[in-house]
Amino acid sequence: MYRYDEFDHDYVRARVSEFRDQTQRRIDGALTEDEYKPLRLQNGLYLQLHAYMLRVAVPYGTLNSRQMRTLAMIAERWDEGYGHFTTRQNIQYNWTKLTDVGDILDALADVEMHAIQTSGNCIRNVTADHFAGAAADEIEDPRPTAELVRQWSTAHPEFAFLPRKFKIAVTGSPNDRAVTKAHDIGLRMLRNDAGEPGYEVIVGGGLGRTPMIGKVIRDFLPKDDLLPYLEAILRVYNLHGRRDNKYKARIKILVHETGIDDMRAQVEAEFDRQMREEGGPLVAPDPVQVAKITAYFAPPAFEVLPDASTTLETAMANDAALAAWVGNNTSEHRTPGYAIVTVAIKGTGEAPGDATTAQMRVLADMGEKYSHDELRISHEQNVVLPHVRKDDLPAVFSALRKAGLATANAGLITDIIACPGLDYCALATARSIPVAQDLSRRFAAPERAKAIGNFTIKISGCINACGHHHVGHVGILGLEKSGIENYQITLGGDHTETMAVGERAGPGISAEEVGPAIERLVDAYLDTRADENERFIDTYRRIGAEPFKEALYAA
Amino acid sequence: MPLITDTGFAPDDAITLTPLDALPEAGEGVALDLPLDADTEAVAAYFNRLDLIVIPFPNFGDGRGFSLAKRLRSLGYRGRLRATGHLIPDQYAFARFCGFDEVQITDEQAERQPENQWTSATRALPPFLRRRVSGWV
Ligand code: HEM
Ligand code: SF4
Repeated sequence: MYRYDEFDHDYVRARVSEFRDQTQRRIDGALTEDEYKPLRLQNGLYLQLHAYMLRVAVPYGTLNSRQMRTLAMIAERWDEGYGHFTTRQNIQYNWTKLTDVGDILDALADVEMHAIQTSGNCIRNVTADHFAGAAADEIEDPRPTAELVRQWSTAHPEFAFLPRKFKIAVTGSPNDRAVTKAHDIGLRMLRNDAGEPGYEVIVGGGLGRTPMIGKVIRDFLPKDDLLPYLEAILRVYNLHGRRDNKYKARIKILVHETGIDDMRAQVEAEFDRQMREEGGPLVAPDPVQVAKITAYFAPPAFEVLPDASTTLETAMANDAALAAWVGNNTSEHRTPGYAIVTVAIKGTGEAPGDATTAQMRVLADMGEKYSHDELRISHEQNVVLPHVRKDDLPAVFSALRKAGLATANAGLITDIIACPGLDYCALATARSIPVAQDLSRRFAAPERAKAIGNFTIKISGCINACGHHHVGHVGILGLEKSGIENYQITLGGDHTETMAVGERAGPGISAEEVGPAIERLVDAYLDTRADENERFIDTYRRIGAEPFKEALYAA
Repeated sequence: MPLITDTGFAPDDAITLTPLDALPEAGEGVALDLPLDADTEAVAAYFNRLDLIVIPFPNFGDGRGFSLAKRLRSLGYRGRLRATGHLIPDQYAFARFCGFDEVQITDEQAERQPENQWTSATRALPPFLRRRVSGWV
């Protein structure tokens, strides 16, 4: 895992005292509210419905047990005993007091964490595949790239006042778990015909009120050219992105209005200009630095084990719950005898992504004891233990079960993504958490969920789409109609490498109708699927939306 | 309208600015008023006749000027670069790293944000560049 160098340490500390000073200048009146706001946001502090919210960065979703314990401590000491893991692989505290912020930031700095650039019109926390460095299908670990991008983008003097926020995601696997096509820039690691490593660069994806699937701007970018190329994209965006309307300010709109070919020409010209600069581009990658970063992500010392574990097999034979959990919540590790564990942070009837102090401590213990001191936050609002010996799975399961963290629903219909919605968010038009809770109770029976198979439901409490509803197999968007919550259903979305934006099924329905309507939809799917292996999304693609619309509105 | 450099405030030099469309006819030692949407490649042909380029910041949240400065430097402009309008002390270092030599603000703002706030604002290089400069990398 990455460890801070002296520059990171210095910077994070200096930034805390700088923020204390900025807050003081706001109080003195030297800074107007307008001038202070972006500074506050770039330090992760939002004003929400009931209190301030602090958004803490978990760079590319990777953290160690000590850091997880600090997150637990912050929840206990300065919040209401829980934190919310988000689709951006971050954690948010919903009840932060302004007077505590400096102390919280200091506590974070003690364990090499911060809240820098988790908000504001700047390059945000970089996200990556949560199975990085563990997945069997991975070409290359995306985290050294994500870390390089983090270093480059931190306090970047040119790009702190962009037209709008800017999100970059990286995947090292052809199976895209990082939703790269819904980011301002998505990077897919690959090799060209000569076997050289590089990236496919995708630009202009995004959700929100105008969902767009990112377009390929460069099909092969040699690895060494990454930073100058990113710099070129950002410069074109900073100069030409729209600033007249905040709803049209994301790069996706610029790409859409300019056209990808024209955009590509401008970016390539900017890139060439830098490459011609005297002494080469300022941000040319330094091989020594790159090697140093890469070394931090060297695989842990895995044991040489047979792939099958007799300990596990015996235990599973005697414990159906364990077998179900292993079958569903573990993924293939690249090392024989190991597995990747997905810990569901969404038990039946719980708010997706909310973890209590006690749960965070159990997760930290599990990471330390069984996963080479590593944990991941996934954009699905779950926590991942990336490197667990199969022999240890029974012990991990039993400890998680005691903490209420052993729901066997990864990838199933109750593995719901939901944004905070009207329970917390100042922009919300409807609640999303209660809808998620209701659905999670309706589909709680494990056999039924298992029979339905892979099925994603994603819920947002307003058009901003923080809950990724556009790319859910079923998306639920909470709106408001004459003071009453009204939910619009979309069908056929897909967040993976075959990304698709869901289609609106028809008129919105009331909160109480959502659960029954989704149940009818699921029944219609079970009745029409070709066989057990045909997922809902496949059936939808085969037979179209009509039968599902009928089912939704049958009542 | 004080001018701000690394040593602090200096009085306004009240220099006469040449608008972009008058550039072809202007002589030597020109101080150019460069609009944010200017075609920088076209301006590059005149670099050797320019002493100063002034880039406006209509609002401190509008960061176009930073990229424009970087592009001018990347095109080889070596003369003086000034940011004028609304920048706050917290952006001074950003402006310097993007290639500006000085910042000019309004009297009203200078009253609210006096010299000491500009001189005490961070001047530290961003960590990425500090690594590079220190030879760490
Ligand atoms: C509670 C306070 C929050 C506020 C005020 C907020 C605000 C916004 C806004 C205004 C947008 C639309 C941006 C645009 O289209 O230009 C957006 C998008 C988004 N936010 Fe949030 N958000 C909040 C919480 C969250 C949470 C909790 C998550 C993670 C679960 C999140 C993740 C995202 C994502 C993934 C998008 C859509 C992707 C995109 O940027 O296009 N946000 N948010
Ligand atoms: S989607 Fe809307 S309601 Fe949900 S968190 Fe984002 S801004 Fe708030």
